[in-house]
Amino acid sequence: MSNPTTITATPGEQVVDIERVVDAPVAAVYRAYTDPELYAQWCGPRGYVMDLTRFDVRDGGSWAFVHHTPDGGDFGFHGSYHSVQPLERIVQTFEYEGVPGHVSLEAVSFEDLGEQTRIRVHTVFQSVEGRDGMVAAGMATGVNEGFEQMDELLAN
Amino acid sequence: MSETDENARLDRAFLALADPVRRALVARLSRGPATVNELAEPFAMSKQGVSKHIQVLESAGLITRSRNGQQRPCHLDPEALEALTAWIDTYRLEAERRFRQLDVLLETRSQENPAPRAEQGEKK
Repeated sequence: MSNPTTITATPGEQVVDIERVVDAPVAAVYRAYTDPELYAQWCGPRGYVMDLTRFDVRDGGSWAFVHHTPDGGDFGFHGSYHSVQPLERIVQTFEYEGVPGHVSLEAVSFEDLGEQTRIRVHTVFQSVEGRDGMVAAGMATGVNEGFEQMDELLAN
Repeated sequence: MSETDENARLDRAFLALADPVRRALVARLSRGPATVNELAEPFAMSKQGVSKHIQVLESAGLITRSRNGQQRPCHLDPEALEALTAWIDTYRLEAERRFRQLDVLLETRSQENPAPRAEQGEKK
């Protein structure tokens, strides 16, 4: 069984905290977050093609990608890197182009646990509505994926 | 129901559940309907205090109250609770799915390179 994911979304607040331990050293995890080839392999919804159009991981850099769905839909996302501290922390903005104007601030930190790494994602949305709306938008992919594909991944 | 209404409803429901007493009331009602007296029993709290919590749950649409003579038993609204769990489950599913893909990638790579190099930072 995979490691548990902890998600805290306190009612009425515009914050979501996610915590997860992965079984790999921090250098490998950090690379998976910053190497465009690797990032596209794990971050996109399964079955979609993830087109990374910008991926400039440095202070003041920016990123953008488009998810192409099998039925011809495109979902665009973009943001900027505010600060990048190698192996420790990445602070970036995140905007789903389907809900323009709702920019969230995401701080991803990596805690070195030796053979494991604890990933913490602290996301602050501009409003409670923005937070809940983002989750609703994610439903299009999340629900369709379902447990089947998850089992498949686990079996790999 | 419009998306804004749906959001407003979820906000009310989450706020209603951001309290340990109200979560305990919901847990009790998940085992079947109960009157205010029955609900108040396990709490070191006046019946009026418990009534206020029930009103919050009621206005959040999480519970309904039926008329049964003088008694007005409280019932949990399963549909409203499902909407709540669906919200958080969706988020969890999405995050977990992504982390599992990360697991797969990291595992594949560690098999390819058994001793991951400890070089610092990324190279651009």
